[in-house]
Amino acid sequence: MLLARSRGSGSPAPGGEPPSRSPSGTGKGRPVHRGPWWRTRPAQGIGYAAPTGVFVVVFFVVPLVLVGRISLSDWPLLAGNRGLNAPDNFTEAAGDDLLWPAVRFTLTYTALVTVLLLGLALLLALLVQETRPGTGLFRTVFFLPSALGLASASLLFLGMYSPNVGPISPLLERLGLVDGPVSFLGTPTAALWSTVALIVWKYAGFYMLILLVGLQRIPQDVYEAARMDGAGRWQTFRSITLPLLRPSLALTLLLSVTGSLLAFDQFFILTKGGPDNSTMTVVSLIYREAFQRLDLGAAAALSVVVLAVLLILNVAQFRGLRGTDT
Amino acid sequence: MNTTDVRRRRRHRVLAAAVGLLTVTTALAACGSGGSGSTEDKGGVMGPDDGATLTMWTRAATQQQSQALVGAYNKSHQNKVKLTVIPTDDYQAKVGAAAGSKSLPDILASDVVFVPNYTASGLYADITDRIDALPYGKDLAPAHMAAGTLDGRKYTVPHTIDSSVLFYNKTLYKKAGLDPEKPPTTLKEWDEQARAVDKLGGDVNGTFFGGNCGGCGVFTWWPSIWAAGEEVMNEDGTAATLDSPVAKEVYATYRGWAEDGITAPGAAEETGATWTGLFPKGTIGVMPMPSTTLGLMPGDLDFGVAAIPGPDGGQSTFVGGDSLGISATSKKAGQAWNFLAWSLGDEAQVEVLAAHKDIVARTDLAENKYAKADPRQVMINTLVAKGTTPFAEKFGQTFNDPNGPWLALMRDAVFGDPSKVDADNKAITESLKD
Repeated sequence: MLLARSRGSGSPAPGGEPPSRSPSGTGKGRPVHRGPWWRTRPAQGIGYAAPTGVFVVVFFVVPLVLVGRISLSDWPLLAGNRGLNAPDNFTEAAGDDLLWPAVRFTLTYTALVTVLLLGLALLLALLVQETRPGTGLFRTVFFLPSALGLASASLLFLGMYSPNVGPISPLLERLGLVDGPVSFLGTPTAALWSTVALIVWKYAGFYMLILLVGLQRIPQDVYEAARMDGAGRWQTFRSITLPLLRPSLALTLLLSVTGSLLAFDQFFILTKGGPDNSTMTVVSLIYREAFQRLDLGAAAALSVVVLAVLLILNVAQFRGLRGTDT
Repeated sequence: MNTTDVRRRRRHRVLAAAVGLLTVTTALAACGSGGSGSTEDKGGVMGPDDGATLTMWTRAATQQQSQALVGAYNKSHQNKVKLTVIPTDDYQAKVGAAAGSKSLPDILASDVVFVPNYTASGLYADITDRIDALPYGKDLAPAHMAAGTLDGRKYTVPHTIDSSVLFYNKTLYKKAGLDPEKPPTTLKEWDEQARAVDKLGGDVNGTFFGGNCGGCGVFTWWPSIWAAGEEVMNEDGTAATLDSPVAKEVYATYRGWAEDGITAPGAAEETGATWTGLFPKGTIGVMPMPSTTLGLMPGDLDFGVAAIPGPDGGQSTFVGGDSLGISATSKKAGQAWNFLAWSLGDEAQVEVLAAHKDIVARTDLAENKYAKADPRQVMINTLVAKGTTPFAEKFGQTFNDPNGPWLALMRDAVFGDPSKVDADNKAITESLKD
């Protein structure tokens, strides 16, 4: 009550209006009337935050605790909990033959996608930065793939990559670029690059939009000053655009790295981790433990490890982001 | 009387009415539906048909047959079955998740090879007595019944039977100078005929197979091993023998097709999503496929079917398809049984399944009027008796998992280093014992 009074009390609202007669007494600068505890500002604050709080607890905290609990148990998906077995799930996961290749592949994929995606997105953003006739059309076209669901896009590419029914292979043959049907998903290298191509196509427009907003936040005066000082295009880009775009670049970096480390849908549809387990990601491994081997304990253990790694990575990235967002 | 008293009285009256209504409703509900035990008596051997709505899941691979049966049942019964078709690749995951959260449908179809795992995990209700009481209980497809039996108790019945057979294109055979009435009787002949058709060139290819699809491999490669009298596993499904000389001979033939370009492009990366889509286009000479695709072929395609042969002869087939059971958590077991029992009856088996060129689930109906009209169907029905349904509790994680040990063996044997087959076979055994 004291806190409420001290925060709530004050002068009448601007314009010399009389004190509010509203029972809530929450109006800015309006006096708070004495009343029951649920009418105090802290209580009302808690009331407003409660729905979100409940949402967070039910959908984030409870599942997290559950995953932690399951990761310490022998928990077959079909037959239910068979009791604690810690730390077996973690040690067995570490001994899985597929784990380290999956980790290596996920990191390679993340590096490739992030570099290519950010590079292309920046290029597209610079291309459509200034408003000229037709810019709106290009912005829409570049952004359009982002409006498609990832599963739908993956299925679309699965069809297009098919040497039997897809149009790409016959087109390349007709153009004389290849001798026979192209196996886009048949070799480990081809499968990796084909998936990277899908992801870059799908998300470049989305990241372009983020960077475009960042570009448009840069004041024009700075560019004009640089031009008057005789700076060339490359010098302006390097010394003005890039440094001032760092917050947006950091955000896209964070999104791309996190998204790529959690890659699943595209590989599940395009390659199923193949050929020869060469495109197995860490999340695919978790899926396999849970739904092919029906071992929720092992899947939860892997999830906990991935969560810890992502947490550390995201904290580091957020620090970098905060440091540059000035 | 003041206003507060009036409000209080009104509140009491409303509360009393609500309690009364609840009591009456509960009593009525108890009389009307009850447990599975009470309703069973009403429906007799067939179970009650009292207008209940039942939920059922099936996988996309056999949805045509499930939809036809459910459609016919819903038209002629008060009970209504609401069918949900789930993509074949996601079926295990979906069933696992639903079982974990106790939200399985009333009726659960399953690829017959997963049934031992599901019964061992307690997903299905025990229906031994119901099956035994059926007049045609003893005539149900034995391979499917064996898969659904655990410790002498029966949990599932056959739903759709899908066996693997060779499809060959008679038009392409004629063009290649082959006799369209003489399909291969040995793996060697199959090899020769595929190569002869492949020589036609253009878009035409000798054969095709799902080279990145474990399920396709067990379904179409294993019959060639069984046809030679060999086994792929021990009886209880805990040790693999997929490194036998016969098995290696089969792999070598497929390897030759891959190396010499006898297969259509894409065999190495075919995950099973589109492997049956090529033959209907009329550009493949001879390839093994599910018998359920017989009724789906284009009308203008001149084709024949034959048994899958072994290296030097013999015939076999993988007796696959779906089994049907009542989930252990179903509250409408009696009504669910009504659908199961009807689906195995003469009308459903002959007028719904056989009429659409599908295999019947009862041995006593193998020579039905529709089957007799199409020699291809008679051949398939007869072949089922020679086929096998493999049994292993860990079948899914070993043979169907795209990252499992069987697919590694398949790919090493055909596209990679065949000397790894022995080691791969050991990995399969480890997975089966896991």
